Amino acid sequence: MNWNVIAENAPLYLAGTKLTLFLAFTSLAISFLLAVPLAFLRNNERPGLRYAVSAYTLLFRGTPLLVQLFLIYFGLAQFGLIRQSFIWPWLSSPLVCVLVAFVMNTTAYSTEIFAGALRSIPVGELEAARAYGLPKRKQATRILVPAMLTRSLPLYGNEMIMMLHATSLASTVTLLETTGVARRITLDNYIQFEPYVTAAGIYLSITFVIITAFQIVQRRFAGYLEPRSA
Amino acid sequence: MVTDFSVSILAAGSTTLLLALCSIVLATAIGLAGAFAKLSESRTLRRTASVYTFVIRGIPDLVWMLLVFYSLPSLLNQMADAIAWDIHFEFPPIGAAIATLGLIFGAYMTETFRTALLNIPKGQVEAALAYGIPRTRIFLAIILPQLTRLALPGFTNNWLVLAKATALASLIGLHDVMFRAKGAAEATSMPFTFYLVAAGFYLSVTLCSMIGLSYVAKRSSAGQKELAR
Repeated sequence: MNWNVIAENAPLYLAGTKLTLFLAFTSLAISFLLAVPLAFLRNNERPGLRYAVSAYTLLFRGTPLLVQLFLIYFGLAQFGLIRQSFIWPWLSSPLVCVLVAFVMNTTAYSTEIFAGALRSIPVGELEAARAYGLPKRKQATRILVPAMLTRSLPLYGNEMIMMLHATSLASTVTLLETTGVARRITLDNYIQFEPYVTAAGIYLSITFVIITAFQIVQRRFAGYLEPRSA
Repeated sequence: MVTDFSVSILAAGSTTLLLALCSIVLATAIGLAGAFAKLSESRTLRRTASVYTFVIRGIPDLVWMLLVFYSLPSLLNQMADAIAWDIHFEFPPIGAAIATLGLIFGAYMTETFRTALLNIPKGQVEAALAYGIPRTRIFLAIILPQLTRLALPGFTNNWLVLAKATALASLIGLHDVMFRAKGAAEATSMPFTFYLVAAGFYLSVTLCSMIGLSYVAKRSSAGQKELAR
């Protein structure tokens, strides 16, 4: 066993873990801001809007994230128009491509989670809001959005963990996040066991922290939705 | 040229589908065992099953694949060396991929089947036991038909995620759709075209599965709906 190689490379793992967390939480934060309005559009009365959003979520939920990432990172270079445009310096950076792919992907999943929660809100809550004469905006911000978010908590917690795990794909486009670091150490030191096991341990610990945090948040904010014990 | 490469990419669809089907069979078997373990009276079995689902779901698919394909043989070889046993372990990519996906989705299936089993009224099994029906027949005639119906939504979901997760096997060198697409992308200067072909393949698998499984769902809950009405 060669655990001293891992100890020597601890700073690399630390940097990798930081990048993993940065990728996961940046993607989640941006996608949250996009998914909330998209969830409303997904349930819009106008079929055109509804279908447009469902087409987007179907495309991104129906294909592997790896394909989406490669389409953006390797694929876009095929078009001269894009290569000559002002956005190329950004699109040729792996970090930007990874973030774009992750945001598009996780927004599709989050939109469906939120839209499903929105449909499950009892009609009475909205009727009460209307009866009190709340303007449309306030119905949304005071009643619908909070109810939608608390109802989404368990599924959204899963999606956060999925996103955390999906960041490991960033290693396929040269980024040195946790998995990338492990891969590099295996190549530099000709050891196959310890680096990946260390990476696995790091992901397991972060997942554990997220799950525990979510349980606390859920008990605090969504406790009223739990089935009552007699 | 585009056609030739596209045909070669889609031809690898058989490898992708073979991987997906073998993995789902393995995952279903593990999931059933895991669900019964989680609901069993033995504390050790329950603990083992919980640790299994937690550890599997806490580590990314890609890392699992690398662990099974690279780390596990390396560990086995080190152990073989230590006891001076002259053998060299190396897994074929398809075997490693089936084992990995089977193990990962076995954990998700465990949760799916556990919830489904909990939703089968306990009295039915108790009545069957009281009548002295053997356990295997209780499982086949009473539990299994209801389990199929109750677990189907979760099963469908797991299958859709699994079908897409097979793309990761290209990273350990399995010649699947994604691997061929990468080959075509690198051989030509048209990466977008060929990754789009791959995306189309996965999308059609998703769509066909959704249609097929919703038909199965309709069939298996046919009697159910009449009763509810």
